[in-house]
Amino acid sequence: MSVLCPETPAPGFSFANCKRNALLESKGFPVPKATKTGTTIVGIIFKDGVILGADTRATEDTTVSDKNCEKIHYLAPNMYCCGAGTAADTEQTTQMISSQLELHRLFTNRVARVATANQMLKQYLFRYQGHIGAALVLGGVDSTGPHLYSIYPHGSTDKLPYTTMGSGSLAAMAVFESRWNPDLEEEEGVKLVRDAIAAGIFNDLGSGSNVDICIIRKGSVDYRRTFDEANKKGVRQSSYRYPKGTTAVLSSKTIDVEVVDVTVHPIEPEHMDTA
Amino acid sequence: MSLVQPEMRPHYPDYATAPTQHHFSPYADNGGSVVAIAGDDFVVIGADTRLSAGFSIYTRDQNKLFRLSDTTVLGCSGCWCDTLTLTRILTARMQMYQQEHNKVMTTPACAQMLSTMLYYKRFFPYYISNILVGLDNEGKGCVYSYDPIGHCEKATYRAGGSAGALLQPLLDNQIGLKNMQNVGDSKLSLERALAVLKDVFISAAERDIFTGDSILINVITKDGIQDYSFQLRKD
Repeated sequence: MSVLCPETPAPGFSFANCKRNALLESKGFPVPKATKTGTTIVGIIFKDGVILGADTRATEDTTVSDKNCEKIHYLAPNMYCCGAGTAADTEQTTQMISSQLELHRLFTNRVARVATANQMLKQYLFRYQGHIGAALVLGGVDSTGPHLYSIYPHGSTDKLPYTTMGSGSLAAMAVFESRWNPDLEEEEGVKLVRDAIAAGIFNDLGSGSNVDICIIRKGSVDYRRTFDEANKKGVRQSSYRYPKGTTAVLSSKTIDVEVVDVTVHPIEPEHMDTA
Repeated sequence: MSLVQPEMRPHYPDYATAPTQHHFSPYADNGGSVVAIAGDDFVVIGADTRLSAGFSIYTRDQNKLFRLSDTTVLGCSGCWCDTLTLTRILTARMQMYQQEHNKVMTTPACAQMLSTMLYYKRFFPYYISNILVGLDNEGKGCVYSYDPIGHCEKATYRAGGSAGALLQPLLDNQIGLKNMQNVGDSKLSLERALAVLKDVFISAAERDIFTGDSILINVITKDGIQDYSFQLRKD
């Protein structure tokens, strides 16, 4: 590769290290674990739209790595997507599809349909045969009404009126199966989604912390981050402030700054070129 | 010409695969954490009350502290079925000792017995992280911690179980006063020990998914054993 004429990097994933990593693994140096969002994510269709919900715990094996992460991802102005599974995969997949949807919207001059996003996601995931560990709940409202899909890592999809995914899916589905009906008002719908996520938070160890909710109606979106703080953090009993001088100073060195000259350049604020 | 044909059997692909092996694990990890802190004339031990398996909770209210005598308490976490068996045999051995020698077993004696009982099952161990606390023959608080096959270590503070690795460094700093300058050698008070015990469990519940719901605390002094409980987050 020349410095003057850099090669454009090959599109898609690089598998350059696969052989090396397999060798390292066989010699007892395992591949580091990816952050998995042991998760409760849900979605329902209500009278005038879709409501998505998610918990906010991310785990690495049995330890919590993020106590307040965002699992409801933006796809398009009329579409959002909850992600469960490998955190990096859900994040990157939704970002990439979001970018493609925006180009699609500009090209067609129309609001992108939820069915389009669903097709793009499933074709992308199927291509990687489940190696991209993204389990998604896709919801949105378009010219044909509200739609809700669940998308599995291998690329199969379901179109459903209410759905749950992640390790807390059983706990959340139990709530839906007992209380969901086709003509829920928005207020009832939000309460149902909150209770489903709370069921996951309390009964599934992979889920925890807070409830995030996203309400998508025709022409408007209400993203309510930390809709409910399901768990209050415990209150410290004692003070843990260290008195001054607790940390040992091993050595110290003083470097004097010599000021040679001082000049002042006033800078005019410059606006970004958006032409 | 050879007398034996190399391979006379016909080749059936269906039977060419290796026999299927089935696997059974006799152990379960039911999680839970135990923390013990000893002072000059007391010892406190706390255990969370969550019993879990995988990603589900069996109960939010399980006592994991076992009173072996009026001055000895054992805290267990790990495989719950092993805990039940071990503590059942332990209490039986305590009773046998009492009836044979006409006195209650002391904490150091009990600590030695537990080590022997664990090593007896060296090649099919009890999968438990044990922490034994009590008052020694001089009335001082003492803590004994064990590995699953009977290695015993006497300490003044110890964290064990699923959040053990998370909590031990915190205790090293706050109780052991490690890596600090100008810290007085003031005696650890019972109030301070209880406050730190509760606080480390608050922290454990934040980061360890197997620790939470609430804790049960036993305080052992020459006057006997007192019970306390403290609520933790439930997610």
